[in-house]
Amino acid sequence: MSRETLIDLIYLISATTFLVALKGLGSPKHARKGNMVAAAGMLLAVVATFFKYVDGHALYHVWLILLGIFIGAIVAVPVARFVKMTAMPQLVAIFNGVGGGAAALVSITEFVHIKSSHPATYVTLEVLLGVLIGTVSFAGSSIAFAKLQELMTGRPVTYPGQQIINAVLGAAALVLIVTILVSGSTVLLWVLLALAFVLGVAFVLPIGGADVPVLISLLNAFTGLAVAASGFTLGSNLLIVAGTLVGASGILLTRLMSAAMGRSLSNVLFSAFGSNITASGATEREDGRSVRSGTPEDIGVLLSYASRVVIIPGYGLAVAQGQHVLRELAEELEGKGIEVFYAIHPVAGRMPGHMNVLLAEANVPYEQLKEMDEANSELQTADVALVVGANDTVNPAAMDDKTSPIYGMPIIRADLAENVIFLKRSMRPGFAGIENELLYNPKTILVFGDAKDTLTKVVATVKTS
Amino acid sequence: MGNTLLQYATVFILTIFVGTEIIAKVPSILHTPLMSGSNAIHGVILVGSMLILGSANTNLEMVLGFLAVILGTLNVVGGFVVTDRMLEMFKSKPQARKAKPDEVTE
Repeated sequence: MSRETLIDLIYLISATTFLVALKGLGSPKHARKGNMVAAAGMLLAVVATFFKYVDGHALYHVWLILLGIFIGAIVAVPVARFVKMTAMPQLVAIFNGVGGGAAALVSITEFVHIKSSHPATYVTLEVLLGVLIGTVSFAGSSIAFAKLQELMTGRPVTYPGQQIINAVLGAAALVLIVTILVSGSTVLLWVLLALAFVLGVAFVLPIGGADVPVLISLLNAFTGLAVAASGFTLGSNLLIVAGTLVGASGILLTRLMSAAMGRSLSNVLFSAFGSNITASGATEREDGRSVRSGTPEDIGVLLSYASRVVIIPGYGLAVAQGQHVLRELAEELEGKGIEVFYAIHPVAGRMPGHMNVLLAEANVPYEQLKEMDEANSELQTADVALVVGANDTVNPAAMDDKTSPIYGMPIIRADLAENVIFLKRSMRPGFAGIENELLYNPKTILVFGDAKDTLTKVVATVKTS
Repeated sequence: MGNTLLQYATVFILTIFVGTEIIAKVPSILHTPLMSGSNAIHGVILVGSMLILGSANTNLEMVLGFLAVILGTLNVVGGFVVTDRMLEMFKSKPQARKAKPDEVTE
């Protein structure tokens, strides 16, 4: 067997391990092993690459390659290992961004490298698409990171003519690609790079915090496609398979997430949802309706005498870092023979499945986490729905108020339970900036304050009652 | 447009369908690890970066290739480590709460 065939065979094995990893994610039991298998496959591919011949010679600059890998690894391991679990969304965003950046760099370098040999038009097209998509992903992920890390506001950033400017930028990028295809100009390639960067930033700015789960999935798909484009250019089936898998998974998740919001993808991306908060927010509530507020002790007693409790977590739980106390509360209640489970809305939090990792971190067994449909059918017989840091995802306006901006979004039916408890920081509406009728329902009790403090007091009461 | 392009296109198209089939079966509780894990998988761009740097003829190509290798490594190493950390947390009921000694607690 020739050296090249052997290396290609190893690449085939690695590509297979990626599929095994994704298949392993079908259940929490096999997921971790699958991930390790893929990591081993990746290592194998990297090692094999050192023995590869390109343009008829062995790899140049092997020491430089090793140095680059060394630098990358000593930065990545501690960051990935020790960053707090709550910083997970931004971590995923930034690792996605650097991947996009790498794909863009590979494409640019390849363009410079092959230009003298007058490549076929389709090769240049692949390169340019790789540059465009990779750079947009890099810039977009960086902004998403800044938003999640609160280096900048998480609210949509809007300015006059925003959509027109973005449309012009997008059109300009396409025109530029055609021009480069015809002229083969390297200078224009740098212009395309700069333009793609601006486009990535401008595209993400108007997308607000609660829509970030959709955005992150989409950027993930972008990086995957950019990698696939590099694979076409470099003639590597491994890159094509891996990139395409990620592209497919990102697009699938993006669609699931927008469906879970009851909105179209273009609405999520282009409507600057939630930017009108100051207009419709906290001011116009003085219409005489009152809410019923209670103390943590009231809640403790109410919970202690329930027989079925459904906990509905939202982003506020992650902000308050209340997941451990919440688990403690659930355990206390179970100790009293009360049935407890968690109802998870698909877009609660800042990335797909955010609430699941948050609760998993607090050692909540995954059998207790129920998806929306299943949870809703059981909420009818629940005594108490305990809403912790969620708002829009339980807002009945999504079902019955056609004028509401969230109309059509599937919600968790907290309103079906006999009693509803809201742990809220203030009367401020949720991200969408809309009033929640459920807060004024006579069966609802509100407890204001930090969710973690409140829960700690509730646990104390439950223990003694 | 040679046969090679067609061959790559075949792989591309088939992967879309295979990938979609597999990924559609991932339950929503594992959506975060799915994102993070697929994130690690596109870190395979490291292989591309190595080929680019390994064939660099000019200083410009060398600098860009070197940067690409660093970014690609960040992506692949960070991606797998974060995913492993996430998946480690997903526990079933019976053997819950058996923290590993090297586990990071806050």
